[in-house]
Amino acid sequence: MVERHPLLDALSHLILILGVLMVAFPLYLTFVASTHTTSEIVQAPMTLLPGDQLLENYSTAWNGTRKGTGSKAPVAQMMVVSLVTALVIAFGKIAISLLSAFAIVYFRFPFRMFFFWAIFVTLMLPVEVRILPTYKVVSDLGMLNSYAGLTIPLIASATATFLFRQFFLTVPDELVEAARVDGAGPMRFFKDVLVPLSSTSIAALFVIQFIYGWNQYLWPLLVTTEENMYPVVIGIKRMISGGDAQTEWNIVMATALLAMIPPALVVMLMQRWFVKGLVDTEK
Amino acid sequence: MEKRVVFRSSWLPWALLAPQVTVIAVFFFWPAGQAILQSVQQSDPFGTSVEWVGLENFRNLWNDPTYLASFYTTALFSVLVAGLGISISLVLAVFADRIVKGALVYKTLLIWPYAVAPAVAGVLWLFMLAPSVGVVSYWLRVLGVDWDPLLNGRHAMTMVVAAAVWKQISYNFLFFLAGLQSVPKSLIEAAAIDGARPWRRFWTIVFPLLSPTTFFLLVINIVYAFFDTFGIIDAATEGGPGKDTSILVYKVYYDGIKAMDLGSSAAQSVVLMVIVIALTVVQFRYVEKKVNY
Repeated sequence: MVERHPLLDALSHLILILGVLMVAFPLYLTFVASTHTTSEIVQAPMTLLPGDQLLENYSTAWNGTRKGTGSKAPVAQMMVVSLVTALVIAFGKIAISLLSAFAIVYFRFPFRMFFFWAIFVTLMLPVEVRILPTYKVVSDLGMLNSYAGLTIPLIASATATFLFRQFFLTVPDELVEAARVDGAGPMRFFKDVLVPLSSTSIAALFVIQFIYGWNQYLWPLLVTTEENMYPVVIGIKRMISGGDAQTEWNIVMATALLAMIPPALVVMLMQRWFVKGLVDTEK
Repeated sequence: MEKRVVFRSSWLPWALLAPQVTVIAVFFFWPAGQAILQSVQQSDPFGTSVEWVGLENFRNLWNDPTYLASFYTTALFSVLVAGLGISISLVLAVFADRIVKGALVYKTLLIWPYAVAPAVAGVLWLFMLAPSVGVVSYWLRVLGVDWDPLLNGRHAMTMVVAAAVWKQISYNFLFFLAGLQSVPKSLIEAAAIDGARPWRRFWTIVFPLLSPTTFFLLVINIVYAFFDTFGIIDAATEGGPGKDTSILVYKVYYDGIKAMDLGSSAAQSVVLMVIVIALTVVQFRYVEKKVNY
């Protein structure tokens, strides 16, 4: 710092602590609510200290053995659906974008730039602006309530393709020449040179796309009508039905906390790539 | 920019592009085309009769007070989300940038909400602010506020804005922090030598240098408020009470899926497409210039 300001330093910590409290309070409350019985929660005001129902609530949620209103799908199964969906979306986006960027940068063929722009323009067509017709296509193809329906329509990625294209353009041409001299074909070059060189971009994209896939809401809401294909984010919403007093908030909150853990772990453990991913994908 | 050295193959590039191009053709361009086509047609919910109506669907939208109300709701919602989200994150980032000790701890604690799904964020805030069980509702009542987001539209709007801002703070914070770290230290030192106090230095040096980041975040936050908050709205209020939190995306969903009004929903989709295209153009035309300041 330029100069010492003990007062300003104290103020900085104070404001940041307030910020952290504001950010953390809903999460803390979720945890507290997930450790009480339903009747303890509905007594206003709810206590702000953890209770003793932690194991009961989480096992009830995990196994789907609760009794109240709304969906009763077990969280264990919904977590599997979410995990498979998020992984397929993340790896799928990375794989098809790597291939498209490779084709566009390293080959010359008719309509090359047309395809590049066609992929790029999909940025302007998010699911939200074509809800009904996309639903109709998926339903005509018989992909409702399937992993294919949950993932394939979301797998195209303009940002990832653009990112890999930018990166490939910075890869020195000498590497291609060297590979040629050594007798390597295009796919060998792709597999042994380009993909390893792209590993940090791949890690960064993986973090962002995993969270994107895990947190999907509108799309699974449209294509899943059966409980056994609900991702966990949909499952939580389906547990809340009727008046807010009838909802079993303790189980809902246990489910919410479980639903947050995988993406939060990815952000925490891969923080460096997460920040890189955010910055890269928004350029 | 082009590569000088390329590979030769007549079929390989097509095969490499095939997966992505198939997906975008089937799930992006075909449905988008359908939306545009349906927006100039009128059909009954069972698809038995289709009639060409030109721009009538758009005229109906324009004359529909609930659609105009939804426009107003969306505008209010996005201004509040972008304004509050950006201001709060800027304050946090400025103070986090000053601190040497514990900066990483604060950063780690503040980026958490990014990982929370919008729908889950909606549920958490609903739980805090629901009239009967909510802890914060209880406090508000103690303070004399007759809090009920299930009946009062303003309260419902406050709730969804709070949830949306809460979720977006981490994102804004990270970008502001990166922006602040790229402000040259020499400028700050020079101003300090000239006798400028921290407050003055912020407004005359740091804030102007941050303006590209701020502008970029403004666009991103508006896009976020328009399109990515569907989960928050659906989980917390379902567009209610009445239609008081029914933003445009929620209305498209509701009219198309729940009310099965194909023509109107398609016309609304086309309006949204125009909005996305406009926002994307703004983002790329003006944001690209941010790199060299």
